[in-house]
Amino acid sequence: MVLLTRKAEFSAAHYYWNDNWTAEENARVFGKCSNRNGHGHNYTLEVTVEGVPDPVTGFVVDLKELKDVLEREVVSVYDHRHLNKEVAEFASTIPTTENMAIAIWRRLDGKIPGAKLHRVRLYEMPDLFADYYGEA
Amino acid sequence: MRAYFSRRYRLSASHRLHSDALTDEQNRATYGKCNNPFGHGHNYIVEVTAGGQVDAETGMVCNLVDLDGCVHKLVIERFDHTNLNLDPMFQKLVPTTENLTIEIFQILKEAFRPAEIVRVRVEETSNNFFEYSGEA
Repeated sequence: MVLLTRKAEFSAAHYYWNDNWTAEENARVFGKCSNRNGHGHNYTLEVTVEGVPDPVTGFVVDLKELKDVLEREVVSVYDHRHLNKEVAEFASTIPTTENMAIAIWRRLDGKIPGAKLHRVRLYEMPDLFADYYGEA
Repeated sequence: MRAYFSRRYRLSASHRLHSDALTDEQNRATYGKCNNPFGHGHNYIVEVTAGGQVDAETGMVCNLVDLDGCVHKLVIERFDHTNLNLDPMFQKLVPTTENLTIEIFQILKEAFRPAEIVRVRVEETSNNFFEYSGEA
């Protein structure tokens, strides 16, 4: 079994806000991220798939197909968007890096021909990232 | 849903690799340039990974402000701009990056309550890094 990782990038706006809390609670827990005017990041997505290299092609997965799936399922939906306001899964879920990694997993799971999703790693910035491996 | 949150920190420190259990010649043979009696230094990168359920209210594994505070107080303030050989921990232990990684993991595992510290990775140079996840 071999793990193969492909990166993709997108830029998006978001803010952190829990409707069940007062403005003071939101500010205390989320700090600068609770500013309702939003702010943005350049995200780097790393998607790792696992599989056995095909004896004929030597590929775990066709990289072009993987690139197309990432573009179709994630980048075209998130890139240059306001996540809270324009992406369905974040209408009621806070778009933290953790929740975004889980949402991206759900968007990709089962859609990559011939390979199994192993890990979704999402960098919000070079020094901060979240990993999700699905549920055991 | 269990996810993993990682954050990178920087610290600069000097060290000298030298074991009292070895002769001077053996030390030179084992540690090479790192045995230079005057020591040398690195810009270390410490990557800390916390794992846990994503909190339904906050969307977070843990609040990065809490993790930053803990790492700064217990790791950065202790080791940054110091000579590692003079740290109490390294009076009997050679300050290899392996030992530094284990020490940082144990400090954080013990002290950080909001989520489980599951891995510490320390990059000594861009080509050398060490990881510790505790004993199985």
